[in-house]
Amino acid sequence: MSAYNFAFLDEQTKRMIRRAILKAVAIPGYQVPFGSREMPLSYGWGTGGVQVTASVIGPDDVLKVIDQGADDTTNAVSIRRFFEKTTGVRTTTRTDQATLIQTRHRIPETPLAEGQIVVFQVPIPEPLRWLEPRETETRKMHALEEYGVMHVRLYEDITRHGHVETAYDYPVLVNGRYIMRPSPIPKFDNPKLDRNPALLLFGAGREKRIYAVPPFTSVRSLDFEDHPFTIERWDQTCALCGAADVFMDEIVVDDKGGRMFVCSDTDFCERRRGR
Amino acid sequence: MYVAVKGGERAIASAHRLLAEDRRGDPSVPELSLDQIDQQLALAVDRVMIEGSLYDRELAALAIKQARGDLIEAIFLARAYRTTLPRFGATRPIDTGAMTIRRRVSATFKDVPGGQILGATFDYTHRLLDFDLIGGQRDGATSPDAAAPDGGVGAARDGDVAAPGGDLAAPGGDLAALGGRLPRVIDILDRDGLIEPEEPDSDRRSVGDLTREPLDFPAGRDVRLQSLARADEGFVLALGYATQRGYGRNHPFAGEIRVGEVELELEPEELGFPITIGEITVTECQMVNQFKGSATAPPQFTRGYGLVFGHAERKAMTMALVDRALRCRELGEPPASPAQDEEFVLYHGDNVEASGFVQHLKLPHHVDFQSELVLIRTLRAEAEARAR
Repeated sequence: MSAYNFAFLDEQTKRMIRRAILKAVAIPGYQVPFGSREMPLSYGWGTGGVQVTASVIGPDDVLKVIDQGADDTTNAVSIRRFFEKTTGVRTTTRTDQATLIQTRHRIPETPLAEGQIVVFQVPIPEPLRWLEPRETETRKMHALEEYGVMHVRLYEDITRHGHVETAYDYPVLVNGRYIMRPSPIPKFDNPKLDRNPALLLFGAGREKRIYAVPPFTSVRSLDFEDHPFTIERWDQTCALCGAADVFMDEIVVDDKGGRMFVCSDTDFCERRRGR
Repeated sequence: MYVAVKGGERAIASAHRLLAEDRRGDPSVPELSLDQIDQQLALAVDRVMIEGSLYDRELAALAIKQARGDLIEAIFLARAYRTTLPRFGATRPIDTGAMTIRRRVSATFKDVPGGQILGATFDYTHRLLDFDLIGGQRDGATSPDAAAPDGGVGAARDGDVAAPGGDLAAPGGDLAALGGRLPRVIDILDRDGLIEPEEPDSDRRSVGDLTREPLDFPAGRDVRLQSLARADEGFVLALGYATQRGYGRNHPFAGEIRVGEVELELEPEELGFPITIGEITVTECQMVNQFKGSATAPPQFTRGYGLVFGHAERKAMTMALVDRALRCRELGEPPASPAQDEEFVLYHGDNVEASGFVQHLKLPHHVDFQSELVLIRTLRAEAEARAR
């Protein structure tokens, strides 16, 4: 891979992306447009996250890549190999040993620490998109903090179904100002966003947006006083490690309705079993 | 006992080995050379260059070979390579009036200065499978139509000029009279003020590039045209077709379609004068569209413009239709159809983006799905409890 620069992107592009990241950190939850490049992997498969990771990774970093909470899912393997090839940095599956974690759809169960960076892959960055398809409109709505339509949507869900009908990508209010899409993490992970000591960066390649939650920033899942935000719960504990209060994968074990539940976070599960 | 799924890495490596085997196919069949693809699948190469935004026949042929003929995949390969290339600068605007013409037709006038030049075209061929091509029995490039006495206006490949009026003129004589340039048909209307004038942008204004800067709305026409040129041919074709059927109708006439070679000139800052750096083949389409006029503008024709690499008339024409449709706001027409909706067209025409995002549904989504399962089970349990 010597024909390519460290971490694939040229230094000019990295600088451009870092400037966008700095702006995103300065305005928590605000979507910063950036000159997203065409990457050698498919749009929708983590091009935004890969560009953010490529722009912040250094030779001393230790990288962890997960998809659905697992280090060994195909796309996580593919992205980890991409960075192994283009940077030669050390990789790990251990959350506590990684300096940089690229993730799709999950935040690890192991608490993150100060100094760590988590990069989220974002398919659709705009939280108001299903309510208003036009970018020109949604940008205006953010500028004017015109978020009534979102509250009305949540309210209508509750009147119709008794619950907010959003299980993942549940909208949050960042630093009391911008409504943000936490990328499609399950709402189970939303509380972990709040005042997290790690720097959380979100990259949407196809949609050409970067946004951020700086360490220790307030992130509130939208709710109502009489209908507080709740997360998923399972009656079962992990069939492998016995953990409770973690996000579960449901495994279909036979064709007769048999199910078992195991930790979605494979590193967390393995380390509990190892102890 | 259940064991967590492992082995993503090995599976990926094996899958790619299988892909390489499938790509090669039966090893007893001779391997395709890039020259063969370039020469005999030239229009596929053109499409990859157009939508890949990369003018390089050899790389486009390589991409087609590697992609097993999947042109969108080949376009993706070309794009991913293009993105790593440094930008030296922007060329001066090409002069299509000075084009070395291979083909040029106008539907708005029976005859035009320089004549109608049919060139190599599928038009007027009868779409009958040519079984002689099966075994490669026929030598050389004679077409069945040209050989047959009822070949009609079919022009041979050697530059014969066929005017529908029946005149066959040698291009040399005619061109000399025109000063070596084949004037653009649309300029004839322009001279009489019958079509809206089109002023070139200042040379000093930098040209937009959506591969370096994110789209912003309203987009400049330069970015819009770039986006349309790169956009998926099928997508643009459908939108252009829709305008013809009434969804954003703009009464088009094909003012002119021309195909040929133009010189590329670059003006390096340190030189201060332009130098020719090469020659590319392009297809240009100027649509002439009706416009009734407004309080401030007299009735006049309006323009839609299409320009693409290589020989791709369908793409250039439909691009011109959609370009005109997207100019609705500027011309005071209420936008009512998808083809007139800038965000809709520009955000959804890119097939590399679209193909990636559609196919990302193949990636595991079991975490989000699990969240939905938990929610739907809760809702159902509550509904059952209420029913009891």
